[in-house]
Amino acid sequence: MTRIRDAAEGVWEFIAGDDWVTAAGVILALGMTALITDADSAWFVMPLVVAILLTLSIWREARKFRRD
Amino acid sequence: MSGQALGLAISVFLACAVEAVEALTIVLAVGTTRSWRSALSGAAAAVIALAVTTAILGPGLTSLPIDTLRLVVGGLLLVFGLQWLRKAILRAAGIKAQHDEDEIYREETAAARAVGAPAEGLDPYSFTIAFKGVLLEGLEVVFIALTFGANQHRLPLAAAAAGAAVLLVVAVGVAVRRPLARAPENAMKFSVGVMLTSFGIFWGAEGAGADWPGGDAALLAIVPSVLIFSLLLARAFRSPAIEVRAAEA
Repeated sequence: MTRIRDAAEGVWEFIAGDDWVTAAGVILALGMTALITDADSAWFVMPLVVAILLTLSIWREARKFRRD
Repeated sequence: MSGQALGLAISVFLACAVEAVEALTIVLAVGTTRSWRSALSGAAAAVIALAVTTAILGPGLTSLPIDTLRLVVGGLLLVFGLQWLRKAILRAAGIKAQHDEDEIYREETAAARAVGAPAEGLDPYSFTIAFKGVLLEGLEVVFIALTFGANQHRLPLAAAAAGAAVLLVVAVGVAVRRPLARAPENAMKFSVGVMLTSFGIFWGAEGAGADWPGGDAALLAIVPSVLIFSLLLARAFRSPAIEVRAAEA
């Protein structure tokens, strides 16, 4: 059981890294793109969400760094 | 060679070179302090394990329908790309310490000496540390090469780029017999992060059903946009401590 848990934790760590919010945001953004039925205008979702996710991720680390 | 193929080759080569530099430091540390035979055996076993992983996952990925493949590949490249880019931006901004191969080498050699004299024959410590080091550093590269290569049906090109990077790093490592601390690791990581994120945005959106204006030519706008945005982020979040050091210099 411990080995299964360790393996699951290893896979989670490998995929999500140390920022699970960004990994979850990527999945949400792909889902949002798929939900927009107009294929001609759905392309803007990914670049926009990625820019927001990256900025928030850096901002969180910078805030933590300045607080420590 | 098309633009996408060039992007594939450069991304896989740089990603593999960065991870190979890090793996080389670990193998060198246990090899020089304990047992070269055991360290090299561990590294070779890890390379075989990575090759088997590639052989198993490769055909499975390429057999997926193209839209599903692009969605999966886009998502994975984005998740990995954003991890690489985030770390590279944090290091460029002075928020995260630079990866110091000399320091890691010192830590690894101290740890290798602390566990006592090497065993006769195959030294389990050297074998295990080298095996884990190469396997963990290589696993992400395998995923990057597989996803990039499978999506473009260019797995041989991805494998060739990865092999060339490993050969180059090993050749330089053998020549200098010390960690490659002067390799511009963060610049390489920054480049890989930009490429993975850009291709991830492109393929992920396509896989989810979106059409890019201009088709494949949209990548010519996405790659520089991601690069410029990332450089701006590194500048905007630059640590005041770095600014002070720069002013004093």
